[in-house]
Amino acid sequence: MKGSIDSIESFGLVDGPGIRTVVFFSGCRLRCKYCHNPEMWVKKEPNYTPEELVDRIVRNKPYFKRNQGGVTFSGGEPLLQVDFLIEVCKLLKEENIHIALDTAGVGVGKYEELLSYVDLVLLDIKHIEKEKYQDLTGQPMEESLKFIDALNRSGKKVWIRQVIVPGLMDNKEYQDGLLDYLRTIKNIERIEFLPYHTMGKEKYHKLNIPYPYDEMEAMDKEVCAQMEKEFIEKWKERQEKGI
Amino acid sequence: MREEWNGFQEGTWCQEINVRDFIQKNYKAYDQDESFLQGPTEKTKKVWDRCSELLKEELKKHVLDIDVDHMSGINAYEAGYIDKENEVIVGLQTDAPLKRIVNPYGGIRMVYQELDAYGYKLNPTVDKYFNEFRKTHNQGVFDAYTEDIRVARHVGLLTGLPDAYGRGRIIGDYRRIALYGIDFLMAEKKKDWDKLTGPMTNDLIQLREDVSMQYRALDEIKKMAAKYGYDISNPAKDAKEAVQWLYFGYLAAIKENNGAAMSLGRVDAFLDIYFERDLQKGLLDETQVQELIDQFVIKLRIARHLRTPDYDELFSGDPTWVTCSMAGITDQEGKSMVTKTSFRILHTLTNLDPAPEPNMTVLWSQKLPETFKKYCAKMSIQTDAIQYENDDVMRPIYGDDYAIACCVSAMREGKDMQFFGARCNLAKALLYSINGGVDEVKDQLVIPGFEKMTDEVLDYEKVKATYWRMIEKVAEIYSNAMNIIHYMHDKYAYEAGQMALHDTNVNRLMAYGVAGLSVAVDSLSAIKYAKVKPVRNEEGIAIDFVIEGDFPKYGNDDDRVDNIAKELLEKVYSELSKHTCYRGAHPTLSVLTITSNVVYGSKTGATPDGRKAGVPFAPGANPMHGRDSSGAVASLNSVAKLDYAGCCRDGISNTFSIVPNSLGHSKEEQIENLVSLLDGYFVQGAHHLNVNVLNRETLIEAMNDPEKYPLLTIRVSGYAVRFNRLTRKQQEEVISRTFHESL
Repeated sequence: MKGSIDSIESFGLVDGPGIRTVVFFSGCRLRCKYCHNPEMWVKKEPNYTPEELVDRIVRNKPYFKRNQGGVTFSGGEPLLQVDFLIEVCKLLKEENIHIALDTAGVGVGKYEELLSYVDLVLLDIKHIEKEKYQDLTGQPMEESLKFIDALNRSGKKVWIRQVIVPGLMDNKEYQDGLLDYLRTIKNIERIEFLPYHTMGKEKYHKLNIPYPYDEMEAMDKEVCAQMEKEFIEKWKERQEKGI
Repeated sequence: MREEWNGFQEGTWCQEINVRDFIQKNYKAYDQDESFLQGPTEKTKKVWDRCSELLKEELKKHVLDIDVDHMSGINAYEAGYIDKENEVIVGLQTDAPLKRIVNPYGGIRMVYQELDAYGYKLNPTVDKYFNEFRKTHNQGVFDAYTEDIRVARHVGLLTGLPDAYGRGRIIGDYRRIALYGIDFLMAEKKKDWDKLTGPMTNDLIQLREDVSMQYRALDEIKKMAAKYGYDISNPAKDAKEAVQWLYFGYLAAIKENNGAAMSLGRVDAFLDIYFERDLQKGLLDETQVQELIDQFVIKLRIARHLRTPDYDELFSGDPTWVTCSMAGITDQEGKSMVTKTSFRILHTLTNLDPAPEPNMTVLWSQKLPETFKKYCAKMSIQTDAIQYENDDVMRPIYGDDYAIACCVSAMREGKDMQFFGARCNLAKALLYSINGGVDEVKDQLVIPGFEKMTDEVLDYEKVKATYWRMIEKVAEIYSNAMNIIHYMHDKYAYEAGQMALHDTNVNRLMAYGVAGLSVAVDSLSAIKYAKVKPVRNEEGIAIDFVIEGDFPKYGNDDDRVDNIAKELLEKVYSELSKHTCYRGAHPTLSVLTITSNVVYGSKTGATPDGRKAGVPFAPGANPMHGRDSSGAVASLNSVAKLDYAGCCRDGISNTFSIVPNSLGHSKEEQIENLVSLLDGYFVQGAHHLNVNVLNRETLIEAMNDPEKYPLLTIRVSGYAVRFNRLTRKQQEEVISRTFHESL
């Protein structure tokens, strides 16, 4: 069995706690309009056996010991290569390595088994309304709800990640809706707003793919950080009140 | 026990010179945080303000002033002050701050170039003396150099050799003066001298002469101190005296010598013992202790040597490598040697301002207290002024009382000295094996006995076999050059003051070095894994290379190429080890370029890795700029594979730049992650890391608008430097380096 890995970043510090090796899986069904990794949409030739991939990750183990550093599976969509991923996770657990899964929750099943090995899920919320979800990603929302269901049953910790696209998510209406939406997800430990940036644009041009957001301006980082702060306060308030 | 030692725990140190024993019996480890630290006193501020003004003036003129009437010497100058009434620790190299010394013992021609550059003229008497009566080190060396050494030097196969200036890299155990006083040290040298009898061989005669010179130098140090109103015959009786006595020892060294690196040694636990004693007696409070450290550090910051413009091009920004080693753990029980004074020394970066000197060097062990690790990381993020070296790989070799000279050279204090040997250009040697020993830039035969390769596509096995043979030849020339240089240095520019603060039977290290490691290694990898076609000129010399296909590059944690790096270093070291060293020295090897990677690159033609002619090398053991594309950890892992204990005992330098935001969201996260990074790198047996936490944009802005960032300090390879003191070319090279970031 071999997996399709686009690339490996050995020094990830923003995709989960501590220092992380970030493994980018190749292949994704979603075509998010703001996607900044379009080169990972189409699955490449398989290039790593589970053992080979684990060997790369284990090399970085000395950097993991503080703050729960470890590996983050990202992409692309790692869930699409679930059998390979499960094999890799089994081997990593023998090495006692912290595993984070960065996903939109759109895979091909076997979620329970996979999640049993995972320590943390970085859950990418695309959109909270079904129609707009489909409009943004080109796929129906249902699959991600199945994943969330499995995630809730797994009891694993969750970090919510929401890309903030100007005009779409940077308003009160959307964020109030998000507060409601997050009530359906258990064990949320952290919420991150990621400001939409235009760094993907160049890649589209290179790949000769039309960029849907060609005219879209980047989200202001500071405004986004402030929004995130206020949102988290509201969310905590609701948690405390139990609503 | 002597009364100056009251309150100290007794030990063998009371009967013999044994500073280590004194430290181990008396130091008090500190494992709390930095909250005890105090700000600068009014006196410190006044002295530092005055220095800051002078430093600004110096920056404009490059050299503030030169004393052309005296020659270097321990006691050659009258007392000088910055601001006498506010100076707590006294002593300057000459009679005025930042006024530079003329040191003709290394070479008189160098002195002319130096003085010419700044419009000065040597006092005619001095001039006459050195031209007519006194031979210099430089003249001695050239009397003995063979033709092949001259050529290798001329084309830049061997560069930066200390054959016209002081070799440096010797650390006197300056602490001995504080602990024992000069008289005891003189008496001990006299005893040693009396015992040096038997058949008068060259070695014995030389040693007897050395010890006599050492004895007289000690007396000179005493007289020099007397000019400042201090009698240092006896041990220091309190902390202020301890700092002052120790500083007089160091001051003597920089009055007598102008070595590239004049390092201070390891003083944190030693001085802390004196501070603790005075704090307990109520003689000092924390503010006064910090004042002593701050003022001591001010003195170290204004040490200067006169250099030629050529020298400045190699090592920019007036580095003096007042390397100040600290922390580490004990050899036997693995106890932390971090004291409050380790914190206090780093705290000068806050109390004064971030500055390149003294060269702050933390001896990192996995077992250092968490509080200290975090404090170091915090200061690195704030100041970019700290380098880290792995105590866990050095301690098993050097014990727990070693210090770093220059950037990465470890030596036991007072027991080891080294013969500094600059470095040879590995990338150039590789080109020679392709080009039949002919220099690709100067078009001159350098190493005879090789044929020009004519292959359309380079064959790995053939190139490697030829390169290996080339290394054997280069090692022979290099070794001969080193033996000549150090023979003559001992003869004409002996460091009597510093060697007086060593044991008489000192252990000597012959410190060879290499440059261009990553270029040579990637070139071999390209030849092995891709197709490399030389583009030759009419004489059949490869002046460029066309590469078809991809190849693994050093810096991505890829064993296919990283193993080539290990193999190459092992080959170089084993060849150098075959040659007998002057004075029974033991050969060691460093992978270090400092800022000379720029000049080495400019003297080297295009290389098979795709690097164009004249492009700077990566510094030290760094992967080539931009080729370490798998992230910082993979880059560090590649360097960590190079063998310190078995091969590169003179150090493996790695310089690392990271963008602050990539290190984590909050300050706390950044600190935690930097500590993780250091722990993770060093636990694998890596040796050294310079840490810079800054944005490329900041550097570009500082290059274009230097006034805006007058204090911006960065770590280059092995030392820290004010960014505005680098040459434009060096600034551009630093900016082109890999900045690790994560998106």
